[in-house]
Amino acid sequence: MPDLRDLYQELILEHSKAPRNYRELREADHKAEGYNPLCGDHFTVFLHMEGDTIRDVTFQGSGCAISKASASMMTQSLKGKTRAEAEELFERFHKLVTGQSGDQAELGKLAVFAGVSEFPTRVKCATLAWHTLEAALEGKQDAVSTE
Amino acid sequence: MTTLARSPLQAGRATVNEIEPSFDVEKVRADFPILHQQAHGHPLIYLDNAATSQKPKAVIDAIVQYYEHYNANIHRGVHYLSERATAQYEAARKTVQRFINASRPAEIIFLRGTTEAINLVAQTYGRVHVGAGDEVLITTMEHHSNIVPWQMLCEEKRAKLRVAPINDAGELILDEFEKLLAPRTKIVAVGHVSNALGTVNPIAAIVKMAHARNIPVLVDGAQAVPRMPVDVQQLDCDFYTFSGHKTYGPTGIGVLYGKLPLLEAMPPYQGGGEMISSVSFEKTVYNKVPHKFEAGTPDISGPIGLRAAIEYLEALGMENIARHEHDLLNYATEKVSTIPGVRIIGTAKEKDGVLSFVMEGVHPHDIGTILDQEGIAIRTGHHCAQPVMARFGLDATARASFGVYNTMEEVEALVRGLKKVREVFG
Repeated sequence: MPDLRDLYQELILEHSKAPRNYRELREADHKAEGYNPLCGDHFTVFLHMEGDTIRDVTFQGSGCAISKASASMMTQSLKGKTRAEAEELFERFHKLVTGQSGDQAELGKLAVFAGVSEFPTRVKCATLAWHTLEAALEGKQDAVSTE
Repeated sequence: MTTLARSPLQAGRATVNEIEPSFDVEKVRADFPILHQQAHGHPLIYLDNAATSQKPKAVIDAIVQYYEHYNANIHRGVHYLSERATAQYEAARKTVQRFINASRPAEIIFLRGTTEAINLVAQTYGRVHVGAGDEVLITTMEHHSNIVPWQMLCEEKRAKLRVAPINDAGELILDEFEKLLAPRTKIVAVGHVSNALGTVNPIAAIVKMAHARNIPVLVDGAQAVPRMPVDVQQLDCDFYTFSGHKTYGPTGIGVLYGKLPLLEAMPPYQGGGEMISSVSFEKTVYNKVPHKFEAGTPDISGPIGLRAAIEYLEALGMENIARHEHDLLNYATEKVSTIPGVRIIGTAKEKDGVLSFVMEGVHPHDIGTILDQEGIAIRTGHHCAQPVMARFGLDATARASFGVYNTMEEVEALVRGLKKVREVFG
């Protein structure tokens, strides 16, 4: 039986209450909106790229504890990463939250989201910011949706 | 005729009231097989009835009976099975007529649900009567299914969608509503009970105001029909819609009631078999109401299951059901209000069946997950009523909604679950 404590880890609760990099990025050259129509979660991810490298990344919006903490911790883990590295990290993170085996060591603090895999309805919450990031990297104009 | 058809129900209700002053909820629970299971190691507590209700054994049995014993296409065959299926399908129409007190069975059209019923009216009555510069009037508290079909119509016809506002309690502001009834208003569409707030709208008063200006009224009764006695003649509305699956019946079946002269004057919705009297390549003559609006082979088991659901509700007595759910709502409101940081959304004086709330510092989605771990099913999100959420400055709420089988003990479990949410989030 899934345990709530696996999902609502202390670090996740802490990030959901005090999200990092939670602001509009004035010098953003990439930005995208992500939306989960099922629960109304809505985030904007701002990127400042220098060549192929993410110089700065921030987000704004509203959502549940899981989606907000995931967005917050995502921004922390991306600074200085190349586009390819960011995409690879998302792939690892996606495997983690969907319960597929993967190398958790590479994920660092993001491994705290492992408990999400026990709660299939919350996978979309954990990945919303990441999907939005992907759209921002690709320069998509339309808001991405989890549906 | 009408009086005769209704008298058994009225008599039945009186008898129930005299002999059974209290609603025997344990007896009701025994009729619902799905309730007797565990969810995540706890007894299942189903408080998501506004989304869909569970089905009593009688409904499940009626559907099985149909498929095991008299499945056939209807209104076509001369054979034994087809005659039986047709008779049962049409008997279901009469049951619905009696249940909502329509004046005749032809005023009852079987469709997929409330959504399709509203779309039908928008696409037939609406397309004939609404033109460029005309107006359609709805309210802020409508479900998306009573917004989008009208928006589509208005876009096509270059008409205007007007929205009557609600106050902070979630009640329709009747003065403002009346002011919006303009010379160009061609139809009013309003919910009977709000799925997001629980507000019960004063339909009879709304209809009177609109009729004084010769404007017809469609009522979305999806949340009302399972909860309270509904009499369409007393309301005097022109169209009334509801869904089978929220009324303890199967999914995929819904009802459009319309006053016969209106239905007869409306063009068909979809073309095909059943809705015709004769077809040639030069000219097709349409069938009579209600068949004109039931193109193709319909959902036959749907009305049969819905009939069983209605008969089940009639046996319990709609007045008794209304009182039972009212008691649950009052108790839940009182108890949930005492939890620190909880704010109830929708505090209308006339309210039924639905308790929407938010908790400071906790997103509704997280409330839903934690309650689910306790075996408690509620709905979280915007409830397909995003303009209502926007009116209250919210993205989402948590919503507990009650049904015939819910108990005071389940309300107490909900309160314990919410206290646990508080513990997790501090």
